[in-house]
Amino acid sequence: MNKEFTCIVCPRGCHLIIDDQLNVTGNSCPRGALYAKSEVTHPTRMITSSVRVKNREDTLVSVKTSIPVPKELIFTIIKEMDKISVEAPTNIGDVIIKNVLNTGADIVITKNIK
Amino acid sequence: MTDVDLLIIGGGSAGMAAAIEAFNHGVKNILIVEKDKQLGGILNQCIHNGFGLTEFKEELTGPEYLSRFENQVETLGIKYLLNTLVLDVSKEKVVTLSNKSGITLLKARAIIFAVGCYERNAGAIQLPGDRPSGIITAGTAQKYLNIHGYLAGKKIVILGSGDIGLIMARRMTLEGAKVLCVSEIMPYSNGLNRNIAQCLNDYNIPLYLSHTVSKVIGKSRVEKVILSKVDENRNIIPNTEMEFDCDTLILSVGLVPYNSLLENMGCLMSSTKGPCVNENMMTNIPGVFACGNCLHVHDVVDFVTDEGRNAGIGASKFLLETFNETNSLKISPKNGISYVIPQYLDKNCNEKVTFKFRVRQPIKNAYVVIKSGDKEILKIFKPVLIPSEMVMIKVDAEKLNDLTEDILITLEGKDE
Ligand SMILES: Cc1cc2nc3c(=O)[nH]c(=O)nc-3n(C[C@H](O)[C@H](O)[C@H](O)COP(=O)(O)OP(=O)(O)OC[C@H]3O[C@@H](n4cnc5c(N)ncnc54)[C@H](O)[C@@H]3O)c2cc1C
Ligand code: SF4
Repeated sequence: MNKEFTCIVCPRGCHLIIDDQLNVTGNSCPRGALYAKSEVTHPTRMITSSVRVKNREDTLVSVKTSIPVPKELIFTIIKEMDKISVEAPTNIGDVIIKNVLNTGADIVITKNIK
Repeated sequence: MTDVDLLIIGGGSAGMAAAIEAFNHGVKNILIVEKDKQLGGILNQCIHNGFGLTEFKEELTGPEYLSRFENQVETLGIKYLLNTLVLDVSKEKVVTLSNKSGITLLKARAIIFAVGCYERNAGAIQLPGDRPSGIITAGTAQKYLNIHGYLAGKKIVILGSGDIGLIMARRMTLEGAKVLCVSEIMPYSNGLNRNIAQCLNDYNIPLYLSHTVSKVIGKSRVEKVILSKVDENRNIIPNTEMEFDCDTLILSVGLVPYNSLLENMGCLMSSTKGPCVNENMMTNIPGVFACGNCLHVHDVVDFVTDEGRNAGIGASKFLLETFNETNSLKISPKNGISYVIPQYLDKNCNEKVTFKFRVRQPIKNAYVVIKSGDKEILKIFKPVLIPSEMVMIKVDAEKLNDLTEDILITLEGKDE
């Protein structure tokens, strides 16, 4: 049976169709075909959030997963992120959790705080 | 009174890009004035990813995107003042600043407005029913959560399906709120399909198209929100009510350029609520420029950066007197096009110009035609045009030389 969904890889949002043999149509670029295949086999998403900065009043720092993580782990990973606080200064790219829940993804800082 | 060559009001994406570009074009005495405690503007609270695909060919979060420009501002040594509000600007370009050390006056030779936009609120859309606490705009909810770490509510209804509302539906769900639904008065969403997929469908949040809030109920805090279906004229259809028990109503019902300062100066304003500008982003007051969301509301920050650069180049031409401003031609939108930027074009324009516009409603198979009097400048085919996507068309300098009549941009041969 064909599956249809919207490509989320870029703002263009192509309407993708994938069949049982994993043939993809509707994509305007190769990244769409890869996305469609991963979406029917093991869907993943990027997660972004923010965590407290201990040594600054009323300050959060934004974080993200370094690579997309399995969709079913989103809420568990958000809980892991909520447990953390960091200390300033922070630099973009600083790793605050390595290989979170064995996904291969790190949680990294996305904002410089002096 | 201190003098600066170029004063930039607002240190968001538009302001930073304008400053960097003007600097690189030879203007060195620049000052950016920002009312917030940091540069970057609204992007500081946009912690999700999806920024920078055009600019950097990679997908960045808002703070990562802005840091690339912040770093350049620092490296070039461009001066900026934080925690400083511009209170007033006179026609003579005397600027009144206010900060902890009091009120200061400053004289600028050129000024770029990059002050961004504000969100329409409950008053602006005449939201029916009670006005308890718990009704807030999506951008404010985003700021509470991403900058200060507070969730605005636990059970939420969102009115308006623009991107900010969709992004907040997901963000609040992730932080433990229950988003009951998103209601959209139009028969289509104004958000990107991608955001409907990854922010609503992923979390099974229903989207009710052609629905609006017909009543808010609550004494001190929101208790219930009633949605009703609307007809094609956006009038509420009786007996279609759906009731939602919730504590918060989030409004994502449109952004408006922030422009009281420009209006007070006597700037000619356009239907976007921003000022009218020419191809150099200059308003009708010589040496006063505008770019970014205070000129017209953008959905993609990469285009804001691009516009900021244009304004920076425009200001450098003005300051280094390479302008040779003559009479301008007026550019008007017609037939399904709601606005066009720029609104004026110099008759001696000798550079490529990007025309930016939006359509009033979704349209298929249309030709976009740009003409000066009867002379066709450009005609291009567009399979789909939707109001939520700003269209940009670059026109080469040769096609804009020697025009004598005002310019129209219009749609032809369209299916609605
Ligand atoms: C809530 C929201 C979410 C968005 N999400 C996305 C997205 O997911 N992806 C995307 O590509 N684009 C998104 N955008 C669009 C894009 O990011 C913005 O359009 C862009 O960042 C706007 O840049 P700007 O410089 O015009 O305005 P802003 O970033 O708003 O900057 C204006 C600056 O001017 C300052 N200022 C205002 N008045 C004064 C004054 N009187 N004195 C001194 N300083 C002043 C403000 O403090 C602010 O820092 C979003 C926009 C908004 C509003
Ligand atoms: S298929 Fe390619 S162009 Fe289309 S949305 Fe996906 S990434 Fe973007």
